[in-house]
Amino acid sequence: MIDRRAFLLTLAGLSALRVDACRAAPAAETAKAVEFAAVRPGHTLVFPFDHGAHPDFRTEWWYATGWLRLPDGSPLGFQSTFFRVRSGVGEDNPSAFAPRQLILAHAAIADPRLGRLRHDQRMTRSGFGRAGFATGHTAVWIDGWRFEQDDERYLAEVRGHDFAYALSLVAEGPPLLNGVAGFSTKAADARHASYYYSRPQLAVSGTVTLDGRLQTVTGTAWLDHEWSSELLPAGAQGWDWIGLNLDDGGALMAFRLRRQDGEALWSAATLRPAAGGAQALAPADIAFAALRRWRSSRTGITYPVEWRVRIGARDIHLRALFDDQELDSRRSTGAVYWEGAVRAEENGQEIGRGYLEMTGYGDKISIG
Amino acid sequence: MRLAPVFLGSLARRRVATLFSFAAIVLGVALGMAVQAVHEAALAEFGRGLRALAGEADLQVVGPRGGFDENLYAMLAARREVLAASPVIDFEAKLAGRQETLQLLGVDVFALAGVTPALLPRPAPGADRFATLADDALFLSAAAQTAFGVRPGDRLRLQAGSRLLELRVAGDLPGAADNRRLALMDIAAVQKHFARFGRLSRVDLRLAEGVVPEVARADLQARLPAGVLIEAPAAAENEAANLSRAYRVNLTMLAAMALLTGGFLVFSAQALSVVRRRTEFAFLRAIGLARRRLFAWLLAEGALVGLAGGVAGVALGHGLAWAMLAVLGGDLGAGYFSGLKPQLQFQPAVTAIYVALGVLAGVAGAWLPAREAATVSPAQALKAGDEAALLGGHGHPRPGVALLLASLAACRIPPLDGLPLGGYLAVSCLLGGSVMLLPALAAGVARLLPQRGPVPARLAAARLSAAPGHAVAAAAGVLTSVALAAAMAIMVASFRDSVDQWLNQILPADLYLRASSGPSGGYLDAALQARIAAVPGVGRVSFTRHDSLRLAAGQPPVALIARPVSPDGRELPLVGATHTGAAGPAIWISEAMQDIYGWQPGLQVELPLAGHPVRVHVAGVWRDYSRQTGAVMIDLDGYRRLTGDRLANDAAIELAAGAVPGQVAAALTATGDPGALQIAYPGEIRAISLRIFDRTFAVTYLLEAVAVGIGLAGVAASFAALAAARRREFGMLRHLGLTRRQIGWMLAQEGALAAGVGVCGGLLAGAAIGLVLIEVVNRQSFHWSMDVHIPWGSLALFAAGLIVLAALAAVLAGRQAMRQDAVLAVREDW
Repeated sequence: MIDRRAFLLTLAGLSALRVDACRAAPAAETAKAVEFAAVRPGHTLVFPFDHGAHPDFRTEWWYATGWLRLPDGSPLGFQSTFFRVRSGVGEDNPSAFAPRQLILAHAAIADPRLGRLRHDQRMTRSGFGRAGFATGHTAVWIDGWRFEQDDERYLAEVRGHDFAYALSLVAEGPPLLNGVAGFSTKAADARHASYYYSRPQLAVSGTVTLDGRLQTVTGTAWLDHEWSSELLPAGAQGWDWIGLNLDDGGALMAFRLRRQDGEALWSAATLRPAAGGAQALAPADIAFAALRRWRSSRTGITYPVEWRVRIGARDIHLRALFDDQELDSRRSTGAVYWEGAVRAEENGQEIGRGYLEMTGYGDKISIG
Repeated sequence: MRLAPVFLGSLARRRVATLFSFAAIVLGVALGMAVQAVHEAALAEFGRGLRALAGEADLQVVGPRGGFDENLYAMLAARREVLAASPVIDFEAKLAGRQETLQLLGVDVFALAGVTPALLPRPAPGADRFATLADDALFLSAAAQTAFGVRPGDRLRLQAGSRLLELRVAGDLPGAADNRRLALMDIAAVQKHFARFGRLSRVDLRLAEGVVPEVARADLQARLPAGVLIEAPAAAENEAANLSRAYRVNLTMLAAMALLTGGFLVFSAQALSVVRRRTEFAFLRAIGLARRRLFAWLLAEGALVGLAGGVAGVALGHGLAWAMLAVLGGDLGAGYFSGLKPQLQFQPAVTAIYVALGVLAGVAGAWLPAREAATVSPAQALKAGDEAALLGGHGHPRPGVALLLASLAACRIPPLDGLPLGGYLAVSCLLGGSVMLLPALAAGVARLLPQRGPVPARLAAARLSAAPGHAVAAAAGVLTSVALAAAMAIMVASFRDSVDQWLNQILPADLYLRASSGPSGGYLDAALQARIAAVPGVGRVSFTRHDSLRLAAGQPPVALIARPVSPDGRELPLVGATHTGAAGPAIWISEAMQDIYGWQPGLQVELPLAGHPVRVHVAGVWRDYSRQTGAVMIDLDGYRRLTGDRLANDAAIELAAGAVPGQVAAALTATGDPGALQIAYPGEIRAISLRIFDRTFAVTYLLEAVAVGIGLAGVAASFAALAAARRREFGMLRHLGLTRRQIGWMLAQEGALAAGVGVCGGLLAGAAIGLVLIEVVNRQSFHWSMDVHIPWGSLALFAAGLIVLAALAAVLAGRQAMRQDAVLAVREDW
């Protein structure tokens, strides 16, 4: 299956990560001719229209993560990611198979009792009703997996080989616009930007099937919706991202792009206190510091699993629900990254829960 | 007492006879082995390729060559019993400006991963991330890269329609079968470049766990439109095996004939040797050798020759197979497995069987002489002389006649599993029967001979009537080989003559223009058709569209030919009565359709056209030598009305009065991309077709020649043995005043007579066998008829030449015996 991997590795650029999805890769020759829509400052996001897909842009994702509680009170993490990628290939091809738009999905369950992730993925071209997306409202689906919006309720349905879930995520309040009114820059050069909003504090209910056993769950989740046509700035090695639902009803999103030497290339954060009034923070106000590291025996990659994150005046300590939340899909889509449930503490007190994503720690999954 | 030197050693004492028996067995075994080994290798390779292409598919949905609606893929993929579905467009693509083709697969790499991961393409290092999706990217198997001399990064030009398409070799197919010329492209790119929008050739299905393939197959089949079938992946392999099996069986049959000839040579050598050793055996019996042991030892002599021949035969067979694979390819030049490079495999079990067949031929040849020798009482045998009492004095006319009659009955046996076993049985009966009737024939010939004339002639004639057994022993081998050669000659001549006439009939136009040969990516679209018709000098154009139909699961596709056909079909090579004028579209079927599907003129049948069952009526049957799996012809206008398919594959062009063919041809080629359109003149097509025909039968010509040579050698060997035994007689004749020259003449005439008897019998048997081959074996194997055409001239020449050569062989064989001094020769014995 080495060969299979080799093939998929070349497609891995499409695969899982926010970083990889827009990582610098020479676009296909044919893609050069394609005019991708540009992300511009000052553009106003309009809802519900912007909940839907933006097929003129190169990449787009709907990224739902959250904490679930089983009937016995034990915690689970879940991840549900749907990507839309405009390949730039076959734009003028009237074939129903023309690979103009690709759909990818990653799903995982973090179960501390198992001590590692259960995960699965799908990847195909849109078409024939088998995979696709809607504009005007959120709807993206692939081979029976789907992420759909019905008013303020989202539905995430996934059936992997060793798990399944069907979750309802109900939003309360308006979307949290990151950056400047949803214009989120990724580098000093504002050309590297995306449209990016989050929906924190989603109330989750639904079912999770593990080992053939269906259980009802409740919980809290976070949704990111981001679209862009730009590649990542040169020199970006990886990405650390957190989305935290604070116990007091507040929400915090922060990310930083790392250079090869591990130093921040760019950082950004959005903090919304419980009372409302979201505040975007400048790179200087954000600092990520690794406290403890864990080495994956599967891949040999070392990830920081405890962090100190400084957001303005606040000092937040992050602890992973468990260490091994590495998502290793080298055998299929080729992506390796860490995406897991974390607890947030401040002054020794738990103040919230959320998800941490770390990419680019393995050296050579890189693409293109 | 050590008996081995007595018996087995005798083989060494009659080296020449032993050598010829050995050679015949070697030949029979070697040919059989070679055909078997080559075919096994080709089939194994073909099957391996198919299995790799089918991957982990449990079922495959297949349709006509033109494909089926792509929405069936979505329907199938959404079914609960289907775990994964992979849509495929599969066809032979032709290289631009070259004759080679390769199998081009249009696939969805995402779906491929779930069903046939072995075919996943591997982009060359440094490729961009959409390399596998790019619409100019081609992924080539190692065999294709070698065959066309390209590497990743190079460019390869394929023919698409009447245009040339330049593609990038973007990588390879690491999991593809080594020896297959395979190319892979994105399915959308293939649809775009090769005008296959909305069409698929195949959908490979993997079933969900716990789903029984047979049940799913029945359920899904019910949801598929007419002409789209769902079958297990193995079906295609069987189709290919069935297709080429008849050809292989025919070749194996020839090998069996050679082996039979070998058996007869062992028979004649043993028969004569046993007669010479009568006294020796009588002595052995007298000193206590049991009858059974004598019999067993004599069989052992034959078995030893057979064993040696068998072992040498399989060795030679493997060598031959290797050479044939290298020169002719896996189908021995018959065109069943083009594009494959099979590897020879040593198969111990099969090899052992062929060695055993050699031993069997030796034992069977030795059986009768051994029995005769064992039954004679020692007292009688110890009396000198009596060689004349050679076995088979007047043969077994009654069982012989019975066998001939049985062959008639055997011809009526329908094919078993597609094989003409009845025909082969009839051939064996004819051979056996005519050998049994040979003594009667010899006696008859002897009676007809004049009792006057020069002394040598009278002596030879007297010998034939008094001791026909000698002649029979020599003639049996001749009969077998002549019968084989004559039968093949008659069959091949009839076939060639019929093919020749057929080619004239189906190629009436002045020029033919085609987008590419065979089932490949070339076609003429409507605009190009208009341009072709408008070329100055073009009088009348008839376009032809080739497609294929799936009529029954497990059967290979049937060719569909849409071209202008007049209502009475007069321009077709019709066979039998027609039935025109019925309502609905008319179709004209090939003879294979009659045999395989039981269709007859006048019958109403359903034809799946463009996904819908269409009721048509069979107007008549035409002869088709190019498609043994069946062909259906329909009028082009009717076809276009029924299907909406306006493409064509080739055009038959009648020139306007006064047009210069060369100029028109040049103008026609200029309507497409350079090299995309090919012009063929009917004369060329005919010459190429006949050349292919001759190449196909080259192996059989070779076989015939060798078989006849061995038959002739048999005559020489038996005469050599006889002449040695007849030294006394020659001495006596010298004493009586005959010159050496006269004795030489006598021997020549004896040889000619013996060979003549064999040749006469062989020609008669050969004519009968030839008819069986034409009417039964070919009809049942390949489903085509032919007009009997007997090559009188070459048969007569062949017969005369054989008789002269036999006479010469007899003289040469007798010369050594005559060299001795006459006095000594007579005295020696006393």
